[in-house]
Amino acid sequence: MKATHADVALPASVPSRTSPPAPRPSFLSYIWRHKALYLMFMPGVLYLIVNNYIPMFGVVIAFKNVNYTDGIFGSPWVGFYNFKYLFLTNHAWVITRNTLAYNSVFILFNLAAGVTIAILLNEVRHKLLSRFYQSAVFLPYFLSMVVVGYIVLGFLGMDSGFVNKSILEPLGLERIDWYAEPSYWIFILPIVNAWKYVGYTSVIYLAALAGFDPELYEAAKLDGASKWKQIVHITIPLLFPVMIITTLLAIGRIFYADFGLFYQVPLNAGPLLPTTDVIDTYVYRTFLINGSIGMSSAAGLYQGLVGFVLVLVTNTIVRRISKENALF
Amino acid sequence: MISIAQSQSRSKSQLHYDSSKLGQSLLHVLFLLLSAACILPLVLVVAVSFSDETTVIANGFKFWPEKFSLRAYDLVFLDYMQIIRSYGVSLFVTVVGTIISLILVSLFAYPLSRSDLKYRGFFAFLIFFTMLFNGGLVPWYLVYVNYLHLMDSIWALILPLLLTPFYVIIMRTFFSTTIPSELLESAKIDGSGEWYTFMRIVLPLSLPVLATIGLFNTLNYWNDWFLSLLYIDESKNVSVQYLMYRTLNSIQYILSNSAVANGISQGGGSLDLPSKTLQMAMAVVGIGPIIFAYPFFQKFFVKGLTLGAVKG
Repeated sequence: MKATHADVALPASVPSRTSPPAPRPSFLSYIWRHKALYLMFMPGVLYLIVNNYIPMFGVVIAFKNVNYTDGIFGSPWVGFYNFKYLFLTNHAWVITRNTLAYNSVFILFNLAAGVTIAILLNEVRHKLLSRFYQSAVFLPYFLSMVVVGYIVLGFLGMDSGFVNKSILEPLGLERIDWYAEPSYWIFILPIVNAWKYVGYTSVIYLAALAGFDPELYEAAKLDGASKWKQIVHITIPLLFPVMIITTLLAIGRIFYADFGLFYQVPLNAGPLLPTTDVIDTYVYRTFLINGSIGMSSAAGLYQGLVGFVLVLVTNTIVRRISKENALF
Repeated sequence: MISIAQSQSRSKSQLHYDSSKLGQSLLHVLFLLLSAACILPLVLVVAVSFSDETTVIANGFKFWPEKFSLRAYDLVFLDYMQIIRSYGVSLFVTVVGTIISLILVSLFAYPLSRSDLKYRGFFAFLIFFTMLFNGGLVPWYLVYVNYLHLMDSIWALILPLLLTPFYVIIMRTFFSTTIPSELLESAKIDGSGEWYTFMRIVLPLSLPVLATIGLFNTLNYWNDWFLSLLYIDESKNVSVQYLMYRTLNSIQYILSNSAVANGISQGGGSLDLPSKTLQMAMAVVGIGPIIFAYPFFQKFFVKGLTLGAVKG
């Protein structure tokens, strides 16, 4: 936490004035004196214990062969059996590959498109139109993935979807059964993801752009720098910190996929699984549809552990670059 | 934030006004295309929902209803009790969830922001560790279902989103940067207790961040369907999003499963379900409120993103 050095400076001056000089301020008496503040933590602490910490003990399920007669904790231990099964079939490879590949594409594209749109939008002079454009690109962010699933179906439906009926048919091309042909989804999913999130990313960069000192640009203009030069030599370098931080934070989450995008947008279609199955959808499906608790928790723990390492690594890097943007 | 960006770019542009007329036109062309790409897909959904089914089947989805029809809506609202019920569920979850979440987040963030409080690092660790590691879906689900007995309960849709660590970070940063510690100290000298200070001084000064986090929560609750997918089975607590999810899937199921279709027609029922337009009408019913709230949302989102992005 960044505030630890402030800790040292403040309490020395503040409590000594207000409280009577306690001979040896002990841990308990300090807590008691500030009980109001510690009490404020309590609802949250209680919540975290129930919602987050108790389930953490549940990771032992991954090492058990859970059956309902013995109950969760009474079921026999099976060591790494669930993991062995997960990694011996090609499931682990497919879901890991898909999760990493899609997220990498998403991160790169959102970075490039977000920065580009923000810079260009910042150049639009017409105030009203600029606001309209921003609202328009931000709109998809507000729709739930169920709605997005409907929209995609409107475009890719087999019989009357817009693409088959209004683009391919007039061109005299064969209709495509989009929901049965996995290879197309390598492109469809990144397009949908970009459509939904590019507005959001560009707003982050636009907010950063708005904070830049206009004098820098005026000075550059006096020196005869073109618009392009200003963007390359002033705007982009100034945006670098935000770009690096958002990208590194996204890399820290690269092992977690957007469940809705990969589950509902392809309508959970079986034939598409080779290119749409990611760790999160796999965990959900093996657990609640196929009912194999052991396999699902093994995959979940695999995700949790690798994700943990990735966050630690990226946070170390973020700390190196800019301390105040590090998570811890 | 936007207005600053705009006034800034205007003052910049006034310096050499004529040099980039062409550039501006190109920008407008580009952004008009981009805006169309973002808006038109929604227009498609709305247009199809107001179209006649047979025309849609013959000519495909169009961005304007070729033959206007309200039959899809008639059918959607046949089950109007379910729709009203679902709107009720969504509203309840969104309003109650947002309020409780704001209370929890601000209560946790305020003592964290007090740099004079010892041992707060422990509490910071407690919450931020949950961003790094979690037990996974299975144990979490089992705690909710087997120990809290929340299967089919509306609280299963509220509890999971109550305390988001990221919002605690944003609010803590707001408290520690915008509320002067001299103010807190003078309140203390005047005899104000911590609770009184928090509720009468800190919270009223923090309305911008409360509004932002509140809107983030509202959007999360309103758009959530994953929690329903996990925890809701019977139709009593089906939210709008989940109703949309179910409608889409059940129509898909009927259409893709010839046995079901045969069963219906053998049973004397006819399968002239206007499936395409019905689906899209359901989507429109689900999208409705969020579009009306959109301009309001957008304003606060930009503010909130700025708060979060600057972070200090």
